[in-house]
Amino acid sequence: MLPDEQGKYGEFGGRFVAETLMPALLELERAFEKYYADPDFQTELKSHLRHYVGRPTPLYFCQRLTEKIGGAKIYLKREDLCHTGAHKINNTVGQALLAKKMGKPRLIAETGAGQHGVATATVAAWLGFDCEIFMGEDDIARQSLNVFRMKILGAKMRPVSSGSKTLKDALNEALRDWITNVGTTYYLLGSVAGPHPYPKIVREFQKVIGEETIKQIMEQENRLPDAALACVGGGSNAMGLFYPFISQGSVKLIGVEAAGKGLKTGEHSASITAGSVGVLHGSKSYLLQDRRGMILPAHSIAPGLDYPGVGPEHSWLKDTGRAQYVAVTDKEALEAFDLLCHFEGIIPALESSHAVAYALKIAREMGKDKVIVVNLSGRGDKDINIVEKQYREQARSHNEKR
Amino acid sequence: MNRIDKKFKKLREKNQAALVLYITAGDPDLKTTEKIILTLAEAGADLIELGVPFTDPTADGPTIQKASLRALKKPFGLEEIFAMVERVRKHSQVPLMLFSYYNPIFKFGEEKAASLGQEAGIDGMLVVDLPPEESYNLRNFCNKSRLCLVHLATPTSDAARLKLVAGASSGFIYYVSVTGITGARKELPKGITDHIAQIRKVSDLPIAVGFGVSSPAQAKMLAKIADGVVIGSALVSVVAKFGRSKNLLPALKKFVAPIKSAMAKAR
Repeated sequence: MLPDEQGKYGEFGGRFVAETLMPALLELERAFEKYYADPDFQTELKSHLRHYVGRPTPLYFCQRLTEKIGGAKIYLKREDLCHTGAHKINNTVGQALLAKKMGKPRLIAETGAGQHGVATATVAAWLGFDCEIFMGEDDIARQSLNVFRMKILGAKMRPVSSGSKTLKDALNEALRDWITNVGTTYYLLGSVAGPHPYPKIVREFQKVIGEETIKQIMEQENRLPDAALACVGGGSNAMGLFYPFISQGSVKLIGVEAAGKGLKTGEHSASITAGSVGVLHGSKSYLLQDRRGMILPAHSIAPGLDYPGVGPEHSWLKDTGRAQYVAVTDKEALEAFDLLCHFEGIIPALESSHAVAYALKIAREMGKDKVIVVNLSGRGDKDINIVEKQYREQARSHNEKR
Repeated sequence: MNRIDKKFKKLREKNQAALVLYITAGDPDLKTTEKIILTLAEAGADLIELGVPFTDPTADGPTIQKASLRALKKPFGLEEIFAMVERVRKHSQVPLMLFSYYNPIFKFGEEKAASLGQEAGIDGMLVVDLPPEESYNLRNFCNKSRLCLVHLATPTSDAARLKLVAGASSGFIYYVSVTGITGARKELPKGITDHIAQIRKVSDLPIAVGFGVSSPAQAKMLAKIADGVVIGSALVSVVAKFGRSKNLLPALKKFVAPIKSAMAKAR
């Protein structure tokens, strides 16, 4: 079973952190292994997932969209219907329970799109933690709705003005805070990234997505899907969907990265598709970096994908060939966003729209007897400002052409 | 024995603590860094740590973060740092070590970094985000090239970890005096003496204390109990203030002199 004792997935993963944090990571690992194996903890967690988060989330068959595309049957795993509007809450509920058991009074978290920040602020209010959220200034500007939600929930916002002012820099600053306040603080990391044991902890708290999906598709189709797709930034919703399918060799696993303005432009977030192996934020994985090992800024219209690294287990799945990774541009994601709004009455997050876009691409080429499942990891309310701006720009360029 | 080992041995015989000075390579540019090294060596530096600038310095406070950004305005890599060290070696034998994050070294190639670094005149490395659990390969390559590989010990390291850190280290052990990131602090935390005593129980290696040290008085206090005192952010602030101005080198001398003399009077 991966990871191994050193937190490695093959050559990937590990614990590349300053010594100050090593004892904290070891303490976290011990606490996680202890409580996660405890039946009482599991019972408590399951109860909260049901009554507080709203699980199980539906597996929904998109009849009109399937007819419109004219190929494989398309199912959506509706993580957008979770409390707070994204899969992120599965992990924050689990880790907040763990933090409570560990006796830490303060939670900190990084956030990109704000979904993980909102999910952390939510559980902090729910269980009575002090809470500070680190967020890049650029992301604060483009995800104002989520910023306001976090404030309402009582979290203290910590704007980050260093570097590219996005998720990567928020993570840097959260790590600096943790190094300084390690005794009293629980760092609630939001993705399957970072040093061991985070990639494992987050995967374990997210794998409920894939477990439910298997059960639900068996009920509805009496078979496993031909392919399971999810968008990949850090990769937590994808890992949650993929993990229970890894041992089911007939199911194709496809991670969809953000190709931004196009892979050739250099303005993208496709760490696996277009990056190389390196070490960032505590683990070895695929990264966007130059030949000297300096981290390159990422770009995506979806703030939650705007990250130059990826979780180490995805790098492992890529290198072993168990999962395939592809990339979808901003434009393709917006087209998928439109289709899902118009044909199904579902407004998806721009992150999830990437997975939908690639699903539509392959569904077309697959027979009508085939079945694919897409993780709709979040809802799109937070993205209305970005989408509105895109519509305005499209209208303007349309008028200029005329 | 390389220059670092020799220096600590010599200082031990003279009953003195080493003055270890940190600067970010390439801040404001590599040509100036060359002059800074020679000036610091002349001013009494016993060991100089050359910070390798990195885009995402998670263990550094604002002072060194900004220095990294200034250096990265004109990107360069380890090759250029090594070339600069070669030029320094024509004039000075001051012990020099790299102070880096892991990715620039990983990307350059650990073996190549150790062997080319040694050929250029580097004496050791400290990789901030490479704890003993991850440093096995680099340790072997450093050993082969007779470079010291220094590891961090921190206030959060318990006895078992101190043993691990000591076992993985060569040259000296770098004790991080504060639970936190780099940066000058007015007051140093209590308990440093006890922590140093704990490390001495598990290792005969010299111990240098850094993070937060900025004044002659602090340096003097630490020189009584440690084998080396590291000054980083406070010095980097002087470089930031004067940049490429002709007043930079005199300002550095003026900054180092009182620290050096305070430390000389410590024991």
